[in-house]
Amino acid sequence: MASLLSRGFQIRPVFLYPLPLFTKRVPRVFYCKSKSTEAPTITQEKPLPSQNRSSSQKPNTSLNVLQDYEAIIGIETHVQLSTLSKAFCSCPNNYGAQPNTNICPVCMGLPGALPVLNSKVIEFAVKLGLALNSELSFNSKFDRKQYFYPDLPKGYQISQFDIPIAKGGYIDVDLPVELGGGNRRFGITRVHMEEDAGKLLHSDNGTDSQVDLNRAGVPLLEIVSEPDMRTGIEAAEYGAELQRLVRYLGVSNGNMQEGSLRCDVNVSVRPIDQPKFGTKVEIKNLNSFSAINRAIDYEISRQVELHRQGQADQIVQETRLWEEGSQKTVTMRKKEGLADYRYFPEPDLLEVILTEDFVDNIRKSLPELPEMRRRRYEKLGLNMQDVLLLANDRTVAEFFDATIAKGADPKLATNWLMSDIAAYMKDKKVSINEVKLTPTELAELIASIQNGTISGKIGKEILFGLIAKGGTVEGIIKEKNLVQILDPVEIEKMVDKVLSANPTQVEQYRGGKTKLQAFFAGQIMKESKGKANPGLLNKILLEKLNA
Amino acid sequence: METTAGSRVLEGWRPPGDATAVRRVRERGGIVVGKTNCDEFGMGSSTENSAFQVTANPWDESRVPGGSSGGSAAAVSARQCMVSLGSDTGGSVRQPASFCGVVGIKPTYGRVSRYGLVAYASSLDVIGCFASSVADAGILIHAISGHDRLDATSSKQEVPDFTSQFMPSDSFESKPLKGLRVGVIRETLGDGVDQAVISSINAAAAHLEDLGCSLAEVSLPSFSLGLPAYYVLAISEASSNLSRYDGIRYGNQVLANELGALYGDSRAKGFGDEVKMRILMGTYALSAGYYDAYYKRAQQVRTMVKNDFKAALIEHDFLISPAAPSAAYKIGEKKNDPLAMYAGDIMTVNVNLAGLPALVVPCGFVEGGSSPLPVGLQMIGSAFSEDKLLKVGHVFEQTLKDFNFVPPLVADSRAS
Repeated sequence: MASLLSRGFQIRPVFLYPLPLFTKRVPRVFYCKSKSTEAPTITQEKPLPSQNRSSSQKPNTSLNVLQDYEAIIGIETHVQLSTLSKAFCSCPNNYGAQPNTNICPVCMGLPGALPVLNSKVIEFAVKLGLALNSELSFNSKFDRKQYFYPDLPKGYQISQFDIPIAKGGYIDVDLPVELGGGNRRFGITRVHMEEDAGKLLHSDNGTDSQVDLNRAGVPLLEIVSEPDMRTGIEAAEYGAELQRLVRYLGVSNGNMQEGSLRCDVNVSVRPIDQPKFGTKVEIKNLNSFSAINRAIDYEISRQVELHRQGQADQIVQETRLWEEGSQKTVTMRKKEGLADYRYFPEPDLLEVILTEDFVDNIRKSLPELPEMRRRRYEKLGLNMQDVLLLANDRTVAEFFDATIAKGADPKLATNWLMSDIAAYMKDKKVSINEVKLTPTELAELIASIQNGTISGKIGKEILFGLIAKGGTVEGIIKEKNLVQILDPVEIEKMVDKVLSANPTQVEQYRGGKTKLQAFFAGQIMKESKGKANPGLLNKILLEKLNA
Repeated sequence: METTAGSRVLEGWRPPGDATAVRRVRERGGIVVGKTNCDEFGMGSSTENSAFQVTANPWDESRVPGGSSGGSAAAVSARQCMVSLGSDTGGSVRQPASFCGVVGIKPTYGRVSRYGLVAYASSLDVIGCFASSVADAGILIHAISGHDRLDATSSKQEVPDFTSQFMPSDSFESKPLKGLRVGVIRETLGDGVDQAVISSINAAAAHLEDLGCSLAEVSLPSFSLGLPAYYVLAISEASSNLSRYDGIRYGNQVLANELGALYGDSRAKGFGDEVKMRILMGTYALSAGYYDAYYKRAQQVRTMVKNDFKAALIEHDFLISPAAPSAAYKIGEKKNDPLAMYAGDIMTVNVNLAGLPALVVPCGFVEGGSSPLPVGLQMIGSAFSEDKLLKVGHVFEQTLKDFNFVPPLVADSRAS
């Protein structure tokens, strides 16, 4: 998301929209590094259920150029499910294996092989459908989608055509604070189950290609959104929220780099008062959320410019590729009308019939979803930026929840999590569950600082120990004798000691070099082995110096 | 073992394992002695569509053995093996059984696992058995029946033990089939059926009456609709099932410089004419704008056929008809007239549409060849009633005294 700023500006042609008003480069929102800047207050109002054009939903950031045009964006997302085995056979479903090692007659499409449904796929589909507030089809079926390509072993893909397992629904998204913030609701058209195709590896010189069928038969959920997004940022956030959601639910690792989350985007523009939709262009090869953002913004400008020049007819229904290098979309292939996939019901598989009990059990097992969590954190008084960061990763949020359950102050807990703990995790490339610190101890640490047992500085040191090696706050305090020194008499002793050891500097201070206070403070702190209460230390020091 | 499905696209291909049915045969001590010829991918009714050779009918080597499982029927008929497996999508086990004078059984759809059966039409295909006696057919079909987790369409219905019901004929009562109600399908004994065949069937019906059955004529109003519906469904599913033969992963590949040519040439050179024709027609039937008019419509007709059978099988314990409108015809006689060839399936396709079990038992002869040509009686039961059909067939066969269903060439070679 961040890189939309500087990169985009250099390369975009002149006619594009003015620069968004940022004063500093902000970190990519979804890594755990927050500044402690307070974000502007975000409206708590829920938006109206998605309507295309009205009023309060108008994006207030980047696309001021679109005064007289409106962009209509829809997204198709494919999510690879993290089942143990593939959708229709018992081959292992794991990424990164040697080519053609996770295959069998079924997923290879050998003569005589038959698909048998992996029931986990249904469970995950229902889970996602419920989380997206969709209406489930209690009686759905599979269909064959037929086309020829070397990565499609059977010459057809088992999918769902006219009766998807879930229809309708919506997802609520909080836009990042630095990009204007706001809450949006985007509609979902449908969710259906299907199998993935294999992978083609093309030789560098283009003379041959090789087929790897490890991925053939991996279960996918295809999520089609309503065309509710209006800007690249909205689209990217929708994608990010889907990623968050599938990770929360545990149905997929939602990893764009591995291909377990893939987004294709459809973009069209139309003059503001025109009811008819403009020609839709599909964009593929989007490998990150920021690419989604940039590609859409580019495509919108491309189309708007063609409109402005009276060449709207040059916008044709086609598939374009996003080129990361040149930062533009280019024609991949023109769609000659709609492809005919000759759908018909898959005769080798039975109907998928859900029972109320099955669905209810899954509904009961749903975790607290990101949206609900964010609202709960807002109510705790955290600022929006922190809310978004904390709620992004379910494991971090759960750690936070456990910490405040032990009585820790939410704001302080947030600060520790988002700064020191996050930095450690990033540095050592570990997850919160691999960190040795426990929520109980974090709460204990916070409390110990709050009640003055230890100073903040000591607290930070203890934290490193806890993160890396575990243990208890109490234990470490005892072991290293870190209790804060609050006794003025003791501190006075140390002040005297330091001052008498540094007569020259005392003279200089009294002569006007008041900055030396910091020097003395540092020496006294050293003398106290970091345990002196800073406030008290400076108070006594000043008294002595100014005596 | 090399498995070609009668096609050049799979010439030399060896599958990595046994089909479930074959595995079960082996597990129970069966010895697989070889593979037999068939029409390419099961598409045909005479075995003349095999890419490799035409199989001759043991009763008259200038005639076809029937198809598509003609090779399996001929092998049993010529006593080259005791029993054999075949597949029946529109009659491909029953019609050759009739042409070759052997027993053929088509089980209920879902009774035998299709895993390992090279698919022709997924909602119609079943694996069936040939034998020279009903008891042998029963033993084999029992061995391969039962739920298979590798086939989602295989039925969980219990398989009763129907191997121990084949009593010797001297233990029969005087009217062993007393009380059984037999329905004679009116639409199968009229126009388009050889008079000699009709006579054979009527004689067989009379024999059943002697055994105690009560006969009545029954009409299946949708009968004639079954043939076009069957062909639309079968070719549509076939066009899809045969898409995997692209030369990329297995089978014959014709090298080319460009993907479309590789696919096109591999398939064009690999498939025979009948298969190509059916793939083209099936693709057409499923294409946008035609699905409703053809495939969907055919499925609706299928439901009508199913319902007619269901109603008839409430009034009757089983239904009878010929297995083919004629006896074996000469090789080459119908090869260039596909529609005439298709028309020969009229007796058998409706049973596949309804998914019901059927047993064909040799019941008589007609004149016409260098020697008399056998005719089979088809008996159709309600779903999962293989045990009852086999019991009736066994009694029928064991009490049918005047016929010898060993082909002359076999009898001669035994005599010499």
